[in-house]
Amino acid sequence: MHALNPLPIPICSLTLRLQRALMVLVAAMVCAVPARAQFRVEISGVGATQVPIAIAKFRDEDKAGQALANIIRSDLERSGLFRNIDAPAVVDETAQPAMSEWRSRNADALVGGSVTKLADGRFDVRFKLWDVVKGAELGGQSSVVDATDLRLAAHRVADFVHEKLTGEKGVFSTRIAYVTKGGGRFTLRVADSDGEGGQVAVNSAEPLISPAWSPDGKELAYVSFESQKAVVIVQDVATGKRRTIAAFRGSNSAPAWSPDGQQLALTLSRDGGAQLYLMNRFGEGVRRLTSSSAIDTEPVFSPDGKTVYFVSDRGGGPQIYRVPVAGGNAERVSFSGNYNISPAISPNGRSLAYITRQGNAFKLALLDLSAGATPQMLSDTSDDESPSFSPNGRLLIYATRSQGRDVLMTTTLDGKIKARLMSTTADVREPTWGPFGR
Amino acid sequence: MSTLISSNRRALGASVWVAALVAALSGCASSVKLNEDAPVESRTGTAVLPATSGAANAGTASTSQSRVTPVDLTGSSGANAVGNLARVIYFDYDSFVVKDEFRPAVEGHAKLLSADRKKKLSVEGHTDERGGREYNLALGQKRAESVAKALTLLGVTDSQVEAVSFGKERPAVTGSDEAAFAKNRRAELNNR
Repeated sequence: MHALNPLPIPICSLTLRLQRALMVLVAAMVCAVPARAQFRVEISGVGATQVPIAIAKFRDEDKAGQALANIIRSDLERSGLFRNIDAPAVVDETAQPAMSEWRSRNADALVGGSVTKLADGRFDVRFKLWDVVKGAELGGQSSVVDATDLRLAAHRVADFVHEKLTGEKGVFSTRIAYVTKGGGRFTLRVADSDGEGGQVAVNSAEPLISPAWSPDGKELAYVSFESQKAVVIVQDVATGKRRTIAAFRGSNSAPAWSPDGQQLALTLSRDGGAQLYLMNRFGEGVRRLTSSSAIDTEPVFSPDGKTVYFVSDRGGGPQIYRVPVAGGNAERVSFSGNYNISPAISPNGRSLAYITRQGNAFKLALLDLSAGATPQMLSDTSDDESPSFSPNGRLLIYATRSQGRDVLMTTTLDGKIKARLMSTTADVREPTWGPFGR
Repeated sequence: MSTLISSNRRALGASVWVAALVAALSGCASSVKLNEDAPVESRTGTAVLPATSGAANAGTASTSQSRVTPVDLTGSSGANAVGNLARVIYFDYDSFVVKDEFRPAVEGHAKLLSADRKKKLSVEGHTDERGGREYNLALGQKRAESVAKALTLLGVTDSQVEAVSFGKERPAVTGSDEAAFAKNRRAELNNR
């Protein structure tokens, strides 16, 4: 909860423009969400440079049964790069909006659109993006989708806007996978990047852990205890077809895909202990990667596929190391604190997100991998786990405990804009962000 | 109840006295309440305490003289036959060392397995809930392997034992206090 005046100066002494901007910002922080939501999204924080944008309600979106404007607004806000300007009325893509009106509302950009049901039952979703400052159209699109893909259509609008106005690809059409635990059952689910529209990929009476997306987004590798020990399965998401790729003696876990999707690194205890091995995507060609007498686990490939980062307690407590895939000595990369686990590498290979223990708390940290950097703590919660980068490298998703529930969070890399994706059904954990290209 | 045992004889005497009083009073056909100020504990059914029941039945509400407690030998391992061999070994925090107090259990299992090479055991390692899932899976594996090694050193063949881990995924007890943590840091020996 925020105090009534979060600023260190009296609000009334601000200029009228700033006061209005502040009001809009506060309104934007309390973001409305569709009533049918399985997740509720709460966004908090103030970003540095944010494009003020008005997303008008799409004509006939109510008839189509999907609050497209709200989905777009939430997406853009979660990115940390936009703040929403109130848009009281419907604006469709054929309109000639009065730019002076939008300028006086302090919007720099405007989106309007429509949803039209076609004779075959599908929907034609159209939108237009205006640059309010220049008074020009920046583009728009029309796409025809099934009713079940209306949310995806809204995410694609948000991606278009994000890319046009920031120059960077948006991640709103991507998917996440995560595990739920509740009522004595475990599920592995696939949902939109905003946590909505979750579908069950696996339903089990035994634990499921460590899901990992293949780079093409078509498969999920995960660890299943269905045969009373840890075994690695790869499953085709669309068809549900599964294959076991590692069921060696002892425990088989921590699958991680190489960037070309042809290999996996994983943790096996078949030669004793927990050591890293490589294999192809069918479980063949097993080659040992580390040889220590310690625990080596949680491998993850660098984006160029040449290095594997991993966790090892060869020095005492668990720390993060990296080793060349071709073989060679491991080099330590984490130096702050005595317990560092769960590494995730940014898509540009320059940052490492991980979990560090401070006292009794487990906290999300981000480390610039260039020499001499110190890690930055990103959260103020104390039970963080499983960080995963968005494919554009701008956001992290992670799981934490908030108000007695296991919840998923996204955060910008500076820790300033956070969104809580709170499930109303079960405890959620182990999120992993899928690739571009749905 | 303990006073009942220690004052058995006194109770016997008193209850006989009460019985006599009751018998006498019932003849009066008056409205005197019989159990008013009774100096002994009430007995259901009988006014005379059987002298032979003794201390064994004194703690139970039923004073059955025919009690039999069954012993079930149908457990697949037959381990009960040698007197309740422990199936769970507990560990200290951050440790996978098998403590001395569990040596007898390990030795007992080793004897059974060495005597019958067709017997197989799954040793499942577990951790408390603190820390990462994969790291804890590996820690649980170390605990299981520690017990498995102890068994093979005592003559059990490798193929008879598989060490696996559940990490923190299958706690024995819920709770986030030291007592719960201690009960979850364990290795379980299960038949395969």
